[in-house]
Amino acid sequence: MADSKQFAEAVARRVNGPRRPRPLIEMQGIRKSYYIGQPNELEILHGIDLKVYPGEFVAIVGESGSGKSTLMNIIGVLDKPTQGTYILDGVNIHEARDNQLAAIRNQKIGFVFQTYNLIGRQSALKNVELPMLYAGVPGGERARRAKEWLTRVGMGERMRHQPNELSGGQKQRVAIARAMVNEPALILADEPTGALDSETSRVVMDLFHEMHERYHKTIVLITHNPALAQECQRVLTLKDGRIVDERKGGGARGAL
Amino acid sequence: MGLSNILENVIMALTSLKSNKMRSLLTMLGIIIGIAAVIAIETVGGSLTGSVTDSMSGMGVGNITVGLTQKSSDDTSGTSAGVTLRRFMDNTPGAEDLISDEMIGEFEETFADKIDRVELTREAGTATIDKYGDPDTTISATLTGTTPETLQNLEEDTPILAGRWLTDADEGKYLCVVSEKFVQQAIGTTNADAVGARVVLTVNGNPCAFYVAGVYKYVENEYASLFGAQDDDSIQTTIYIPLETARVLTGADEGYQNITVVTATGVDVTSFVDVVGDYFASYYTRNDTWTASASSISSLVESMTEMLDTISLGISAIAAISLLVGGIGVMNIMTVSVTERTREIGTRKALGAPSSAIRLQFITESIVLCVIGGIIGVILGVSMGSWLSSLIGFAAKPSISAIVIAVGFSMGIGVFFGYYPANKAAKLDPIDALRYE
Ligand SMILES: Nc1ncnc2c1ncn2[C@@H]1O[C@H](COP(=O)(O)OP(=O)(O)O)[C@@H](O)[C@H]1O
Ligand SMILES: [Mg+2]
Repeated sequence: MADSKQFAEAVARRVNGPRRPRPLIEMQGIRKSYYIGQPNELEILHGIDLKVYPGEFVAIVGESGSGKSTLMNIIGVLDKPTQGTYILDGVNIHEARDNQLAAIRNQKIGFVFQTYNLIGRQSALKNVELPMLYAGVPGGERARRAKEWLTRVGMGERMRHQPNELSGGQKQRVAIARAMVNEPALILADEPTGALDSETSRVVMDLFHEMHERYHKTIVLITHNPALAQECQRVLTLKDGRIVDERKGGGARGAL
Repeated sequence: MGLSNILENVIMALTSLKSNKMRSLLTMLGIIIGIAAVIAIETVGGSLTGSVTDSMSGMGVGNITVGLTQKSSDDTSGTSAGVTLRRFMDNTPGAEDLISDEMIGEFEETFADKIDRVELTREAGTATIDKYGDPDTTISATLTGTTPETLQNLEEDTPILAGRWLTDADEGKYLCVVSEKFVQQAIGTTNADAVGARVVLTVNGNPCAFYVAGVYKYVENEYASLFGAQDDDSIQTTIYIPLETARVLTGADEGYQNITVVTATGVDVTSFVDVVGDYFASYYTRNDTWTASASSISSLVESMTEMLDTISLGISAIAAISLLVGGIGVMNIMTVSVTERTREIGTRKALGAPSSAIRLQFITESIVLCVIGGIIGVILGVSMGSWLSSLIGFAAKPSISAIVIAVGFSMGIGVFFGYYPANKAAKLDPIDALRYE
């Protein structure tokens, strides 16, 4: 099967020339400014062009304050660019209304934050159910899928625990389950290992690799750790609001 | 929004309120007090009205009392000299002022279809007699002159045990009907043997001989026991004598200061009482000092209920203020809660919560807070009300509708005062909320 598919693709490439599927993320000339119209107007992103294709695992590195999070928030349609065009999975987000943006975040994107951002006083299970609640999934189905994903990230034993009863690594695993549970195409992770020790970082990073390889998720991951970035397929370096370098990652794992 | 989502929101709200128990309780206080006050006053009001109606219906709701009253100084009927002199007159009506038998006769004729009978009584004071077998102890009894018709109507509550009630033929004679208690106290025979006995009563210091025509059943006064067990000798029962005999005994003029009109069944007493009052007053238009007026227990009960309603209204107003203050407290605490949970709101938006879901979440929290307060208030109000009504002595329950309205009203407060903070949360920019420190 795999052979015949590869063969078909090879034939297609030969006939049509090099052809790739439609990008999941397509950005052109993205600029972001704060304090617009005020004397202290400040441009953080100075025209970013970026294409990310389905199934890619992209790392973004750069100094603190270089605009990584700002870019990530725009990719995740939490924030809107001041200028430029952004098409996410074929949808021009400039034309989308607030409710449509909420639906896009709910259905197409899974967020993982450095600070985990689990909802306090709600069990791991309830936290993972949350995106499905907003998607209108019925209660029984919610619980079933949440348990399934918690088991996949190795948290099956601690589903009833509240966030304050979990370690940092465990919280981040719950957060990854929560990001995955609605089966989004895109996972966005802003320094997911930033608050973890190297051993736990390894576990969390391996989870991202698993989401990428086994569940074919497109992943954009911000990290400060060059070794972890090197494990990804593509590494973008951001400096003062510009992409200054783009190279292939080594793919070699376990570099910690 | 499905039912399960609403349930999920309620669970979320309960979790959030539970994590701040003290704060939630303090916030509810205004609502608890307001609702409790309303429910308690409902219960107490019901108890008071109930006990008043209860005790008064025993006195005859269908009775209208017509009595003489002095004309007030701003009443301009009568002769002008009389009006001026009115205030200097003494306050005992003369023979010509009393309600006469003619007036009663005419009244009975005019309203024959509306009235059952007219009861005439004349108090002849207290009679005393030596205790049987113990001349050192004195027994007292109330001497009441009345008509045979009136006596006949006593048969239901205090039936005759021996002999008979008085008749028209006994008018003016020295016959009496006594209670079985009186027979034990003063005669010392069986009821049957007491009939025909001669008793010498001391009335106004003068001895006066009566023959016993009948003995009626003694019914213990339920209120008497309120003051502790009574000494048997001090129990004072009524001795009934003919009306005319009582008049002669007291040396009074012919006519009556008060009469009781018993209405026929089905007559609207509250409106008929005015008709009766006007009818008798018409005899007194030329009288300088006196007039007649009518009143009834029903109208008394009505004005009592009206008064209670006014009191309830006053307390309800205070409760409304308490609820308003409580509502503002809810709004305040919800605003604080939204601010505290700004990052949570940001996270929820990042997970794809539309504004409407955030709004619903916080309104639900506000409603849950208020409804819990309302329920606690209802429980408190019901127990307070039933305790108070047990003190009054008439068990009353607040109506189910009052409880439903109370809980519904607290829900309304939740929506009204929760909307502003919930809307504030819903409108937060996701990035600003996520970056909030
Ligand atoms: N809301 C804001 N208002 C003003 N400046 C902001 C705001 N958000 C971010 N910035 C600025 O934008 C720059 C880039 O921030 P960020 O994207 O968080 O950097 P990174 O994630 O790469 O560390 C910083 O200098 C920061 O001060
Ligand atoms: Mg950052």
